[in-house]
Amino acid sequence: MKNLPKSSRWFLLLIWITIIAAIIAAPALLPVFRLNLLGRYLSLAIVALGVDLIWGYAGLLSLGQGIFFTLGGYCAAMYLQLNSSSDLPNGIPEFFALYGVKELPFFWEPFKSPIFTLIAIWLIPALVAGTLGFLVFRNRIKGVYFSILTQAALLVFFNFFNGQQKLINGTNGLKTDVTQLFGQMVGSDSMQRWFFWLTAIIVVIAWFFARWVVRDRFGNVLIGIRDDEPRVRFTGYNPTLFKTIVFGIAGGLAGISGALYTVQSGIVSPQFMTVPFSIEMVIWVAVGGRGTLLGAILGAVAINYAKSLVSEALPASWMFIQGGLFILVVTALPEGVLGWLQSDRPRNLLTRLGVSRPVSTYPSLEAESKQEVKK
Amino acid sequence: MNKYLLELHHISVSFEGFLALDDLNLSLRSGELRAVIGPNGAGKTTFLDVITGKVNPTIGDVVFKGRSIVGKHEHHIARLGIGRKFQSPRVFENLTVFENLALAVSSNKKPIPLLIGEVKRKDKDEIHHLMSIVNLQSKENISAGSLSHGQKQWLEIAMLVGQNPDMLLVDEPVAGLTDEETDMTADLLKSLAGEHTILVIDHDMEFIRRLNSQVSVLHQGSVLCEGTMEEIQRDSQVIEVYLGRPEEGQP
Repeated sequence: MKNLPKSSRWFLLLIWITIIAAIIAAPALLPVFRLNLLGRYLSLAIVALGVDLIWGYAGLLSLGQGIFFTLGGYCAAMYLQLNSSSDLPNGIPEFFALYGVKELPFFWEPFKSPIFTLIAIWLIPALVAGTLGFLVFRNRIKGVYFSILTQAALLVFFNFFNGQQKLINGTNGLKTDVTQLFGQMVGSDSMQRWFFWLTAIIVVIAWFFARWVVRDRFGNVLIGIRDDEPRVRFTGYNPTLFKTIVFGIAGGLAGISGALYTVQSGIVSPQFMTVPFSIEMVIWVAVGGRGTLLGAILGAVAINYAKSLVSEALPASWMFIQGGLFILVVTALPEGVLGWLQSDRPRNLLTRLGVSRPVSTYPSLEAESKQEVKK
Repeated sequence: MNKYLLELHHISVSFEGFLALDDLNLSLRSGELRAVIGPNGAGKTTFLDVITGKVNPTIGDVVFKGRSIVGKHEHHIARLGIGRKFQSPRVFENLTVFENLALAVSSNKKPIPLLIGEVKRKDKDEIHHLMSIVNLQSKENISAGSLSHGQKQWLEIAMLVGQNPDMLLVDEPVAGLTDEETDMTADLLKSLAGEHTILVIDHDMEFIRRLNSQVSVLHQGSVLCEGTMEEIQRDSQVIEVYLGRPEEGQP
């Protein structure tokens, strides 16, 4: 991003101003139902940022980000359930009674602490991702084999969570909308407004963080790993560590995303770990633009918003539209919408349509003429 | 301290029964410039793979600075001071010339310092110095992918020098270069010898002659003979397997 021409920088600034204006205006303009949807989709933008870091930069196509997303969601839901169950029999969440459980399982205990929960939301998914990643990367498993492994891991987690009624209410998941936070119902309109603001702020922070990660040599090593991993090794870098760290970071972002999504959708369940959902995350990034970060945010929000609008009007047609979109991007816009807008191809298109004048684009021409000016 | 910087003892590499290297012995003195030639399939690239840790020898030992480096990872060997230039130029095409060099020059190659720290002043000066050596100053912020073939070769050599290795392994540095660029490359390598130990692999006889160094001839996975270019060209075995018979003319 740092090497973009000036016009692109202005263009990005314009997009940012639009986004911030939209976020500020949304609570006033949208009914709470729509605002809540927008808030959910903004939270999905955070997991998309992580996908962009690992896929767009380091070339790791993970089809299992749903694992880390869901873990974050469960962390948040467990705290909220405990926070609202002090008046209940045994002082434990209601669903336990269904399975005759009288004592809180041990791993629930620390989630009574809000501070522990706030750390666990990103740290547990990051650690799980880091451990999983390290084992895979150390054995130099790459490319499609890595993708298959992540998807297999996703299915393992899905089946495990689905079957654990006595621990985490199994397939039913944990509800958060009727729980209490700061003396208010989490599902209430005023709380949902707060969650919208919180999500919007965290998206911006997450974007700055992701930019910071890739701003300099660390990001360049990731790009090097994506393009030519052996060359990175022979330059003296250990790709395993770099990949493990960035996969951990993406896992942490997915956890935060899952927690915010959970409190705004009112429930977390193993359904978050189904295969299509994790693949959709990849599609958002592919459509928005790989390796652009901002594209991941735009892709996640735009596609999901379009999905809900289309599904309301034509219930059965969304899957076709999404599939068509993906095919279009893969064949016609491999760098995604934002990547395409940032390249010189829109200008070429305008030139061809006779709207704009042709310019010399060979990069060294520009640099050499600058050099002469300096002399 | 051992008088040899790099020693290969009885190296054999077998790929499913096929012996790519067969009892190969070779030693390099510190500061030496050595050329290695050999017909296709002589095991030249495997030989480099063994030194840089990409391939583990089936039998034998590689000793660098008096210590065995067999079984170490590639990045570890690179940090010990062995740099490698590949046959076709391998630079990071999506990074700029500056960024390519910054990765090579960086003295700390661990992820966390790289994530937190900026490129140091000293490293920046080094990068600009390297760019001036290989004449790429005006291309500083251009992605390496849009450089010409020759410029990529030079960028890769600059990256190699920027790693500041004790030992440079250079695989066909002049493939696809113009005569002028070839001469410049030969002069550059000669100027680097002494401070660095350099091993060059190439087919180009004129280029090897210009290096004016000791030559080792590889054939069927082992060293056929060693000597100066003149000695090599007089050796009857070498003439037979590599240079062709004199009546067929010089290559």
